[in-house]
Formats: sequence, structure tokens, C-alpha cells
Amino acid sequence: MIAYLGRRVIQSVLILLGVSLITFALLYLLPADPVRQIAGRSATPATVENIRRQLGLDQPFVIQYWHYLTSLLSGDLGRSYIQRSEVTELIVSRLPASLLLMVGAILCELAIGLTMGLLAAVRRGTATDQTLMVASFVGVSAPQFVVGLLLLYVFAVRLGWFPIGGYGTWRHLVLPSLTMGILGAGWYARMMRSSMIDVLRQDYMRTARAKGLARGAIIFRHALPNAILPVIAMIGIDIGIFMGGIVVVESVFGWPGIGQLAWQAIQRVDIPIIMGVTLVSAFAIVLGNLLADTVAPFIDPRIKLR
Amino acid sequence: MKKILTSTVAVSALALMLGMTSVRAEDAVDPNAKQGGAITITYKDDVATLDPAIGYDWQNWSMIKSLFDGLMDYEPGTTNLRPDLAESYEIAPDGKTFTFKLRQGVKFHNGREMTADDVKYSLDRVTNPKTQSPGAGFFGSIKGHDDVAAGKAESLAGVTVVDPYTIKFELTRPDATFLHVMAINFSHVVPKEEVEKYGADFGKHPVGTGAFKFAEWTLGQRVVFERNPDYWHKGLPYLDRISFEIGQEPIVALLRLQKGEIDIPGDGIPPAKFQEVMSDPEQKARVVEGGQLHTGYITMNTTMAPFDNVKVRQAVNMAINKDRIVQLINNRAVPANQPLPPSMPGYDKEFKGYPYDVAKAKALLAEAGHPDGFETQLFAMNTDPNPRIAQAIQQDLAAVGIKAGIQSLAQANVIAAGGDKAGAPMIWSGGMAWIADFPDPSNFYGPILGCAGAVPGGWNWSWYCNKDLDAKAAEADSIVDPAKSGERAKMWSAIYRKIMEDAPWVPVFNEQRFTMKSPRMGGADNLFVDPVHIPINYDYVYVTDVQ
Repeated sequence: MIAYLGRRVIQSVLILLGVSLITFALLYLLPADPVRQIAGRSATPATVENIRRQLGLDQPFVIQYWHYLTSLLSGDLGRSYIQRSEVTELIVSRLPASLLLMVGAILCELAIGLTMGLLAAVRRGTATDQTLMVASFVGVSAPQFVVGLLLLYVFAVRLGWFPIGGYGTWRHLVLPSLTMGILGAGWYARMMRSSMIDVLRQDYMRTARAKGLARGAIIFRHALPNAILPVIAMIGIDIGIFMGGIVVVESVFGWPGIGQLAWQAIQRVDIPIIMGVTLVSAFAIVLGNLLADTVAPFIDPRIKLR
Repeated sequence: MKKILTSTVAVSALALMLGMTSVRAEDAVDPNAKQGGAITITYKDDVATLDPAIGYDWQNWSMIKSLFDGLMDYEPGTTNLRPDLAESYEIAPDGKTFTFKLRQGVKFHNGREMTADDVKYSLDRVTNPKTQSPGAGFFGSIKGHDDVAAGKAESLAGVTVVDPYTIKFELTRPDATFLHVMAINFSHVVPKEEVEKYGADFGKHPVGTGAFKFAEWTLGQRVVFERNPDYWHKGLPYLDRISFEIGQEPIVALLRLQKGEIDIPGDGIPPAKFQEVMSDPEQKARVVEGGQLHTGYITMNTTMAPFDNVKVRQAVNMAINKDRIVQLINNRAVPANQPLPPSMPGYDKEFKGYPYDVAKAKALLAEAGHPDGFETQLFAMNTDPNPRIAQAIQQDLAAVGIKAGIQSLAQANVIAAGGDKAGAPMIWSGGMAWIADFPDPSNFYGPILGCAGAVPGGWNWSWYCNKDLDAKAAEADSIVDPAKSGERAKMWSAIYRKIMEDAPWVPVFNEQRFTMKSPRMGGADNLFVDPVHIPINYDYVYVTDVQ
């Protein structure tokens, strides 16, 4: 177990190093010159060179990358070119909002997805099953930008149940969580359905039925706990999907998280922020996967770590 | 109304002629306006910085103007210069020495009085390369600028504090744009002690002398300004509070405006909703339309064949159907025939430009040795509506036989290609187009049409460099005497006429501005399309529902 963990941690660090190298190289190769951007259109060539020197952008690639890595070790992600603030400060100030949205989204996708999956498995082969599976397919494939705007229009503008975007109260959280949750719910519904069908086929289920237990008791007391665990273990892996989604959803709802920060930085080619958000998300994804793999054997004893 | 307007202009002109200006009339206060109330403005993007030495986008430009003041400013809603922190000024006959008398008793938001030392400090700071100001280049005519820019001096030799309320500028050449330079944000006055206290983060803790003082900044969510109770201009501002809500998509902002939750959508009306809004009389009544110091143009790289042939460039000028392009963007612009926008001094009303004439364009191409046209590349920014405009240009070019491939790229990449001499044969400037820093014809020349901009990384993307015109431009800008400003404007008109003969650009359109406001907003229409305060002039607008 310890050896496995050690190996996985080393792997994770290598993955993060790889991500940082690839991102850094790609951004370095961009034809856009950040110094020109900072210096403005009325700057003299001397001013431009001066700024380039101050930012260390006149150094060769390897040295720039080395500087970046060494400051990264002390938690310094550099300074934004456009916003002129510390990237660490910008990310830290926005992280709570993204985490809150993540919790909301996970609650939504579990509540919707597990219910749909459970219902579909129990009513397997019926019209209910088919309707639910088509719905889950639509949920998985619908673009979040469209879903978000649609929810916003119906529930905020028309019905006025929720505020039109923004941040602050639990009411602000509902629609963005739902938008993120609908995508995840589709996946969870499919996984829950197949996991539940697996469990319902087991011998002990037949035994339970033979004993004359009520249908509700069989499903909720015996089948559900066994079927749900492997599905829950997927939450860690879910973080990857989540990190992709927040860029869109946070922008639609004006949610002040790191997804919105990334989107603005990409539009303005603010390289240090793009770099910082990429690393933080990569870290979250790697950590999520690591957790999912570590937790799995505790939930399902059939999985062995080697 | 018209009469009053004329007389005001006449008075200002007279004052300018005397080389002195009157104290700002207190009648600038709107008798209908009541003090009080708060408004909410939304933006999609984070506010980058509120440091006047650094901020250089249209979002923070007007915000900074409300927090800080400069020696000069413009009458609200116009492009007419007037003294601001200065009470009056004198220009020496040789046009190389400017002396400003400062207003007394003006206080920074921290309570300290602003003096001439602060003005000098602010200019030393903005030109110091350590500040990394994008505006440092504007101060090139001040004596000693080059030493400061090169890091050889800490202080501008040409700026002298005569006494606490008098400051003198010596220039290396007569500079007719100098008063404008004293009005742009980069020359706004900052207090040394606050800059030193916050260092590089001063832009997040701004302290100035302006109508509003900075109250709150929650990163990614909100920036709040509050009325400066000690503002030297008594009776202003009208509003108690302005909240800027950040991170709101324009389409969401419009929905919120329709529900009455906000007052101004800072990013304007989203193009997809424009027609819907304009076809609803109730909403349309709350849209203010105004001109903008902007020109959208196509550059042709004059150093690359076949665009090194003036006939080819003239042919392209005749091939583009500008009316159709304007329709494409819902008529949110007017067709252009010269580099300067109509509201800019020096705009030539008589000039007709090149007609849209496909047959003549073909004939010119044949004369140039390209009867069957040629293949080329058109670079454009990849955000709507620019790819659609690029396609329209592509079709127009195809009609005369020119096959143009479209390179639709991110803004920074197009800018990079334009700054590379062998980078881009043609560029559609939309999304990056020139919006003037100050309302003066020279601002459309140097960096984008003069030799100074035709350098690697520069903004002169047609790489047009006419030494003769450079000399004429320098001559025009040496006419400092305000009484001769008409003569100077004529010289600039002639320069732009000559440019159009050489045709390095196809001027396509001048964008119009459309600002939408909530029903409770009050103030003259021109405050909502103020040419220098974009989107609106925060200092002079008010709300009608205060008691």
C-alpha cells in the first residue's frame, strides 16, 4: 500500500512537471509578444527592450522555464501581464468560489444522476428506462453554454426564482450548479444503472426475494448500498470534467471562480495567469485521480492495489 | 441652445487665443441634477488596474478619469480642452515652454493638498522605465525624456517646480499636442506617499484627487467608488456611489438591465440582441448613439509584392463595398473614406475618397500587370463580427479577381503578424482598430501611418513610410499657437489626402457607439457617449429617483 502510494505520488509529480513543460513551451512559442502588449503601442524600441530585460523575457527558454519552476516551489506563480497582480493572489481569491460551485455541482449530479440510474435499473427495459437513458444522453451531450443560458432565461428571467447570474447567496449557486450537474448527472445515471443491474443479478438478491422481503427493502437496504459505492468512487475522476466545465459555466453566470479567470486570461493572452490556472487545474485533476484510486479498495474489496 | 453653444465655443477660443484661460465656470453644474443615489455598471472582464500610469484599456480609462485628475481635461461630452487641476496656463511664443498655474486647495483622497511637486513626481514616475508604463512614449517631447527612458536619470530635466502652485515644462521641440498629453490618464497626478506605500499594487489601492474615491475591490466580483466629499469642483459629482459588477456576460447584463437590476451594461448591447433592442421603441428610447474616434481599415503591406504597386492598392480601395460591410454589422458604423473619423479635427468633409467601382478596379489591376488578379492572404481577428467582415472583403476581392485566403487568428497573433515586415500582406483591423488616445489628428499618424511605426513590432501594418509626410507632420505639430489651429488642421488634412493618394489603407468604416441606460439615469445624451470617457462620463451623470 505504502509502496503503491509512493509510486503514484512520484508519477503524479512527473505528470505535473510534464504539464508545466508543455504549457510553458506552447505559451513561449505563441507569436504574441507579451512585452509589446505591456509596453503599449506608443512605446519606443528602447522602452520595449528595457521591459523585456526587467521581466527576464530576454533569457533563453530553458533559463526562463527554470526560473518559473524554482519560483513555483515557493508558491510564486509570477505576476500577471495585464492585471498587474500576483497570479497566486488572483487564483487564491477565486478558488473558494470554484470549490463552492464544485460542491454544488457534485450534489446536483449525484442527486439527479443516482435517482435516474436507480429508477432506470429498477424499471429496466420499460419506457421509463428508455426515457431516462435518452435524457441522460441529452444531458451528456448538451453544450453547457446553451444549457446555462436556457436555465438562466427560464428560471431567472421568466420565472424570477433565482437571480440573473452573480455570486453571494445560496440562490446564486443553484443554476450554475444545476448546469454543471446536468452533464455529470448523465454519466452518473448510466453508471448507476449498470452498477445497479449488476447487483440486482447477484445470488443474494434472489435469496432476499425468496425470503419474501418487500421490494422497497430489497432495493434500498440491500442493493443500493452495494451498487452506489463504485459510483461514488468516480467523484475523484469527475474533477477533470468539472475543471473543463467551469470555464464555460462560470462565464455564463458571472461566477467569480478560476474558470472565469482562465477565460479572461486566454482572451487577453495573459500568459502567467493561463499558466497558473492550468497548473492548479492539473494539480486538482491529478489529486482527484489519486484519491479515487486510493479510496477504491476500501469501498470495493475486490480491487487490490499493487 | 445652439446660440449658447456657439458663444461658449467663442469664449473658449478667445481665451485660448490670449494664451490664458478663464477659471472653469461653475454653471457647468446641471440645474436638474440632484445629488445622491447609486448606480450599477456591469463588465465582462476584470478591471486590470486603476493606476493611471498603467491602465490603458477602454474599461479602466474612464474609471481612472473619475479617480484622478490631470492638469488639463475636456468639457464633458466634447473634445474641447479646458484646464482642470491647472487654473490657467501660458505658452511661450516659441511653443517650447508651457507654464501651468495650479488650482489651490485641491486635496488628495488621503487629505493632503496636491502641489506642483506631485505633478512633477507623477511625470517622473510614468516615464521611468521601472514603472513599465504603456504611456511613457507620449512624453517624448519633454526635455530630458530620453535620459529617463534610458535609465540615465530619475527625473525629467524639463519639468521645473517654480513654486508650490506653478510648474514649468520645457520641450525639445514645439509640440501642438502637449495640452492633450497633459489631459491623458498617463499624466494624471498621484501622491508619492501612497505610491510608495503600495508599490506595484498601487493600481489596486488608487488614491487621487478625482470626483470619486476608491472604496472597495473584491477581486473578480466588484469595484466600488464613493463620492469624494472634498472634490474641488463644488457640486460634483452627483452620484454617491458607483458599483462596477465584474464577470457579467453582455447578454446577461442586458437581461438584468431589462429587469431593472442594473443601470449601464458597460460592454454595450450584444450584437445578437441589437436589432431586437432597436425594434422595441421603449428600449430604443434608452439607447444613446454617438460618434467615436475610431476607424476600421484594411492595411496593405506596401513592401510586399504586388502591394508595392500603388495601382494595386488603389484598385483594392475601389473593390470594397463598404455599405455592405456596414449593413453586416447592423449599421453600427458609418462608411469611411479617409483615415480620420468625422468627429476629429482635420477631417476633410470635401474629400470623397475612392468610389466603389468594380470595373475601374479591374482596369487598374490590368494596368498594374495583374489582369487576372493574384493570390494573397487577409489576416483578421477571430472574434465576431470580424470573420464575417473578412469574408465580405474576400468576396469583394474575388469580384475583381484577387483570391484572398483568410487567416483568422487571436488578436495578439494578428498584431504580431502586422509587426513583422514579411508577416501579413493584408490585415482587417477590426477588434484592434485604432481608437484615438486624444482628439488630435496627429494621433492617427505617427504610430500607424508614419515611419516611426514601420518598425518590427510596430503598429504601422502597411509599412508605409513617407519621409516627406513625416517632415510635414513634424511641421504641423510645431504650430503650437492656438490661434493657428485652423491652419494646422488644414495641414493635417493635406497629409491625409496625400496618404489616400498612396492608398496604404482601405478605410472601411467609423464605428458608432450605442450606450444603453436604465430609465432612472439622468444627464445630457452626450455624457453617455462622451468621446473621452468610455462608456460614460461618471462625474456628470445622475439618477432621477433621488429625493
